[in-house]
Amino acid sequence: MRELALNVMDIAQNSISAKAALIRISVEEDLEADRLRILVEDNGCGMTPEQVQSVVDPFYTTRTTRKVGMGIPLFKMEAEMTGGSFSIRSEKGKGTSLQAEFVPSHVDMIPLGDIGGVVHLLITCNPDRDFVFLRKKGQREFVLDTRELRNLLGEETPLNAPEVSQWLRDYLKEHMEDIEGGNEI
Amino acid sequence: MKSLAELQAIRDKARAQIGLRSEENVEFRVQVGMATCGIAAGARPVLSAFVEEVAKRDLHNVMVTQTGCIGICQYEPVVEVVSADGSKVTYVKMTPEKAVRVVNDHLVNGNVVTEFTIGAGSN
Repeated sequence: MRELALNVMDIAQNSISAKAALIRISVEEDLEADRLRILVEDNGCGMTPEQVQSVVDPFYTTRTTRKVGMGIPLFKMEAEMTGGSFSIRSEKGKGTSLQAEFVPSHVDMIPLGDIGGVVHLLITCNPDRDFVFLRKKGQREFVLDTRELRNLLGEETPLNAPEVSQWLRDYLKEHMEDIEGGNEI
Repeated sequence: MKSLAELQAIRDKARAQIGLRSEENVEFRVQVGMATCGIAAGARPVLSAFVEEVAKRDLHNVMVTQTGCIGICQYEPVVEVVSADGSKVTYVKMTPEKAVRVVNDHLVNGNVVTEFTIGAGSN
């Protein structure tokens, strides 16, 4: 993957397939410690201990169309390539939590990319689910909770209404630019 | 910078046109394959293009959603357009430019863009 944001999209798709109603995505960067931590947490159907063991194996997948599942192994490899780490916790019926830690200064670090764009797509294309997105870089922090957006919008206006979608895209874009200090799109 | 307060204005505006959008009004469902295979093949810009174009044209009868692996990874990015009557058109090897065309020709004007469909390559 060219951007870690695309991995986030991929991992979030697993949460969607797991029928999660709430998905938390956190991207936290500690500049002094030189660490970037990505956390994806859901309240979906979860996995058995055996499944948790095998998801990091590229030759394991639940889908029936093919015999390989690359999403999680790829994400794990990308984190470990930078000298970081990867962990996954899951409980059947409760949900799954997945965390990858990267070392941004490492030569093999993949850029985070357009994380705001990914969150916008996830929210707009899954209007029945809730997302909590946290982006933190050094002292700057931004939180978006779709439950809060829903409260403000009322029941008649869905999160994928054209006006809302366009507003959300710009809202995320501006705040991500602010977090990045205007250096990155 | 944009603030959450602006959502209230959007809500009030939307209330004025109530009933415009509900599940029954959805005429087309656009499903973009967003599994690892799709994303790696460039599905995100395709999904972005659909979301953007549908919002820009203010199409209330179209619902853009994401789906998992459809099973034809070699044809990714794959997009399925499902009509209210249940019929389905599968577009393959999509790009953002093709997505804009599908919105304009298929979703707005009702003409399937045959040259982008899965059967087109074999002719």
